[in-house]
Amino acid sequence: MDIKREDLLQLYYYLKLTRRFEDRISSLYHQGKILGGAWTSNGTEAVSVGYGYALERNDIAAPYFRDMGVFLIRGITAKRIMAQYFGKKTGVTGGKEGNVHIGDINFGVIGFPSHLADNYPVGTGAALAFKMRGEKRVAVACTGDGGTSRGDFHEAMNFAAVRKLPIVFICNNNQYAYSTPLRLQMTIKNVAERALAYDMPSKTVDGNNVVEIYKAAKEAYEVARNGGGPTFIECKTMRMHGHSEHDSAKYVPRELLEEWKKKDPILNMEKYLLENTIARKEDMEGIELRVKKEIEEAEAFAEESPYPEPDDGLKGLYATPIEEV
Amino acid sequence: MKEITYLEAIREALDEEMARDPSVFILGEDVGVYGGAFRVTEGFYEKYGEWRVLDTPLSESGFTGAAIGAALVGMRPVAEMQFADFISCAFDQLVNVAAKNHYRWGAATPIVVRAPYGGNIHGGAFHSQCIEGFFYNVPGLKIVAPATAYDAKGLLKAAIRDNDPVIYCEHKYLYRRIKDQIPEEDYIVPIGKARIAIEGSDVSIITYGAMVHTATEAAKVLKGSGVSCEIIDLRTILPLDKKSIMNSVKKTNKVVILHEQTKTGGVGAEVSALISENCFDYLDGPIIRIAAPDTPVPYSAQMEEVFIPQPKEVINAVEKLMRY
Repeated sequence: MDIKREDLLQLYYYLKLTRRFEDRISSLYHQGKILGGAWTSNGTEAVSVGYGYALERNDIAAPYFRDMGVFLIRGITAKRIMAQYFGKKTGVTGGKEGNVHIGDINFGVIGFPSHLADNYPVGTGAALAFKMRGEKRVAVACTGDGGTSRGDFHEAMNFAAVRKLPIVFICNNNQYAYSTPLRLQMTIKNVAERALAYDMPSKTVDGNNVVEIYKAAKEAYEVARNGGGPTFIECKTMRMHGHSEHDSAKYVPRELLEEWKKKDPILNMEKYLLENTIARKEDMEGIELRVKKEIEEAEAFAEESPYPEPDDGLKGLYATPIEEV
Repeated sequence: MKEITYLEAIREALDEEMARDPSVFILGEDVGVYGGAFRVTEGFYEKYGEWRVLDTPLSESGFTGAAIGAALVGMRPVAEMQFADFISCAFDQLVNVAAKNHYRWGAATPIVVRAPYGGNIHGGAFHSQCIEGFFYNVPGLKIVAPATAYDAKGLLKAAIRDNDPVIYCEHKYLYRRIKDQIPEEDYIVPIGKARIAIEGSDVSIITYGAMVHTATEAAKVLKGSGVSCEIIDLRTILPLDKKSIMNSVKKTNKVVILHEQTKTGGVGAEVSALISENCFDYLDGPIIRIAAPDTPVPYSAQMEEVFIPQPKEVINAVEKLMRY
């Protein structure tokens, strides 16, 4: 599969934007400027950027919480997400929700519930609707390695396989579910082996290689779009921060982090772009500046935005409110 | 007008809504080829095909989640729990996903979950439960529980057209025991509105579901001894029709709350608190709750009869209240 130069540069741009944006979130969290907690995808950005960028405009994403790349790529702006982290009225959910609990159906993004793998059945339902209506659209759902132990993961995989639904399941296998390492999560070597039970095609890819993930997702989407049914893609990567920014992750051996640091997805992509003479150092510096500006603007927007009215929290429970006479 | 059973009313509502709106579809266990464990969707598979009457794997959480996802992209799914008891497997999807979507991120989730519930059928602990209490403390859901064939049809149509997740509690005991005259033409029964099943002046019996008929039996007996009972059939139990409840209490000044659900933390506790908070000055006596005891539903007929509230208990409660 050939990838156009402009797409490769966009992949790099979103990798950078995701990394820098979440770095800023992390700093602001430690400065006490963020309400509640902060979760980042540090070290694993290639997963959400790769599978998110491979989607078509009309497709649907049912992401999880380390999917900042997907939110940004779908068009939910850094400004709105930063404002969400600040609990502002201009945030994605107007202050009703915080941090990575992001969803906006107008951008084809289904809201993320904290209960991991909940979005596997939900994404499956969107795919079911596409198939019933004969639409050439696909859904993608994502969870982490820990989420694959839950029943919802298996119920969705099974249902999608039985009905050959146009969905692609992604697993961001970042080695740890909070503090629990893979060896206490499952006995299999690759998460992708879970798909065997459903006779579902699967693939294990380098989760730090955005190009590889993009290609695998794109291919799987095309199979799904053309009636070939679901695919499971495991992206092997490493969570380089704690579960959340308050967690020092002392339970992760330092040598493991050192080893993975050398395989950083952004460094990987820079090397790829330079070696294949797709971009020069100046091009990448230009992208870095663009990203920096975007984040500064997002932060200023969030700072300046008003807080919601306290009573706004009492509104919006129902889509069809019941009038009290 | 025509006469149909409670079960036929549910079937007609589903059929007419599916014919009217191509986004309406049914999913669940054995709903397709077999026509549903209670035969509610009999003939639908032949009429609407396997993609609109979808037999799913045995996976309540999975197919409820799928209903939610389909609803988010424009469908109006009706998910059938084979027995309401199995809805516990889908608890997370209903409580954390469906109920909170609109509040959290503004997305409407128009799903209906049909829950064949209730006892008196010798089904034991896993085929007889009233499940409304499990969901009563969950803002964002709507829960309806029709007592008549007329309401069964009208409420189901309203639920399907509603943009929020609705748990539709259909009482298994009533399926083939209750018949009503219903109009030939399309109608709905609005969600959120109670009805006065029997008008009266001495005491209000506030109830829903199969217990409306238990209350009616009691009221007939009490009428013979000169006591005029008003029966409020809640129809929608979440959110409550506060106005109808309070109007009746202000009129009769005496209240019995009756439900088949177990007593502690049940719908009756909420109705009772609502009355205490808002109508205290109107009360002539204590609010009396009649509900199932706080045990699982027993199997043996003798024990189940003790479990399910009986007309005699209602009569005793009303007679006690009449002394105030």
